[in-house]
Amino acid sequence: MKILTGNDLATGDVIWWSGAAWSRHVEDAADVADQGEAIARAEEGARRVTGAYVIDATQTPDGPRPAHIKDRIRALGPTVRPDLTLKPADPAAGSWVI
Amino acid sequence: MYKYDEYDQSIVDARVEEFRDQVQRRLAGQLTEDQFKPLRLMNGLYLQLHAYMLRVAVPYGTLNGRQMRLLAHIARTYDRGYGHFTTRQNIQYNWIKLADAPDILAELAKAEMHAIQTSGNCIRNISSDQFAGAAADEVTDPRPWAELLRQWSTFHPEFTYLPRKFKIAVIAADEDRAAMRLHDIGLQITRRDGILGARVFVGGGMGRTPMIAPEIRDFVPADQLLSYLEAALRVYNRYGRRDNIYKARIKILVHEIGADRYRDEVELEFAQVLTLGIDPPAAELARISAMFAPPAFDAVPSVPHELAAHDPDFAIWRTQNVSAHKQPGYAIVTVSLKPIGGIPGDASADQINVMADLAERYSHDELRVTHAQNIVLPHVREADLYAVWQALADAGLAEANLDLISDIIACPGLDYCSLANARSIPLAQKIATRFAPRQQDLGELKLKISGCINACGHHHAGHIGILGVDRKGTENYQLLLGGSGAEDVSLGKITGPGFDEDGIVDAIERVADRYVAERSEGERFLDTYRRIGMQPFKEAIYG
Repeated sequence: MKILTGNDLATGDVIWWSGAAWSRHVEDAADVADQGEAIARAEEGARRVTGAYVIDATQTPDGPRPAHIKDRIRALGPTVRPDLTLKPADPAAGSWVI
Repeated sequence: MYKYDEYDQSIVDARVEEFRDQVQRRLAGQLTEDQFKPLRLMNGLYLQLHAYMLRVAVPYGTLNGRQMRLLAHIARTYDRGYGHFTTRQNIQYNWIKLADAPDILAELAKAEMHAIQTSGNCIRNISSDQFAGAAADEVTDPRPWAELLRQWSTFHPEFTYLPRKFKIAVIAADEDRAAMRLHDIGLQITRRDGILGARVFVGGGMGRTPMIAPEIRDFVPADQLLSYLEAALRVYNRYGRRDNIYKARIKILVHEIGADRYRDEVELEFAQVLTLGIDPPAAELARISAMFAPPAFDAVPSVPHELAAHDPDFAIWRTQNVSAHKQPGYAIVTVSLKPIGGIPGDASADQINVMADLAERYSHDELRVTHAQNIVLPHVREADLYAVWQALADAGLAEANLDLISDIIACPGLDYCSLANARSIPLAQKIATRFAPRQQDLGELKLKISGCINACGHHHAGHIGILGVDRKGTENYQLLLGGSGAEDVSLGKITGPGFDEDGIVDAIERVADRYVAERSEGERFLDTYRRIGMQPFKEAIYG
């Protein structure tokens, strides 16, 4: 599947296109098929996102998992600071990245 | 320390307001990202892996307590409670909001700080010897020269859009603590026949094409130094490649046309520039130098080293992290930001405040950031060392590992950096943890890790270097041996095929074991490597 990601223009937060809006959680990411570039252009024009790009991902029971480790780290947070990730209470979250 | 004059303050203040307007226009949609990106980069604001990242300049690594305290305040107020000290003697914050950036710059400006020259194809923040003004072996304090270069290079209209970024280091001792010859220009302030001047090295650097800068001039009199540097930059600006980002650094130009031809071109330009009279009058040099006058040291006796014996942990730290000062009775303290298993270069807001307190109380209100990502208290009375150590220990800052294998330089790597191919920090944590029990026995062993070929972690200059690469979507690590960023400068060589994360730690253990088996009495790892060569280590690593 193809999913769309970028950074919130104002906050810099990593965000994922959920189909109708942006979410901070990759689990919410929607398959954008071949529409990713067009959505990115429209959303960048609306100043809701910056640096948007399309990535490959795999659909899993827990939601989309980005194909590349770089995007998995973006999705969770720095592996060396679990307290700063989106799942600070989940000790297994790091293994999802690796 | 240097104090801003009205010109310094006014240009920094004006820059803050200019950027505030640019940010407002970006948020209002009046600037596209393509238009805004070069503007934010000129103010140190990057878009990194997780958020905006702000890199704050620390000119030649020198800070006072008030400035250090401000860095803690920014960490706590605008970021997530910590900052990361970098290999360019700067500090960066990883979780900045775009709308906050102008306010942060405004707060910095009130303490004579900024984020100018921390990005873009300009002359970057000037780096220097972290022991400047305190080292027993220096000819003079190099910082007045670094400050002069800061003033010359800031917003220099001719050098704002160079082919690539440009890094200058200034030292004034034979011992090179600033990796001087791995800079685009390295200056060694020296004295010849009683006249102050500089040896000039041009065309060094790390990155994907590491080069050691050749000496381009053995002596430029101090009162002609700016003219000479202007000429050196002009030749680069004219002939440096702009068609290929990977060949745009001055090291490529010097390498391709040769040091001799580059030197000849600079001399021709130098003769022309000298007629322009750009070198400052002696009075201006004197004004700057006066601000770097030594602090009012007390006449105190030296404290015998043996007095440390009553506390073994203090004794180890005293031996490892305290260096000789030129003033009797004083010492230079290096505060390690490399706790075993911690993140190299990171410090919490509380820790930054502790270091500010200690600087104000014990170090004539001075701190330095080192390119090895540590902090220096440059002027501590020997009699105060125990109190300083106790305060550092209470704050988790008393690791006794300066220049040992756990004193690792590591770039942020894939945990934070959008350019990285592999993580650096977890590797540093594993190596430090594995080798901490034997690091004193291994002695001086500088290990440096970069998460990509851009070499922010100085892996080329590590006695042991590690380069993270992306191999078909997985992290892989190449091992290098034999580099040095010191006065015995050399570039490390790759041992052979790379390793995964656990494999590289095991490989380093085999290297360390071979070193221990082969070393002569008192011989450092680097010296053993240079004496016996790569082959015995390759055999140990690969069998």
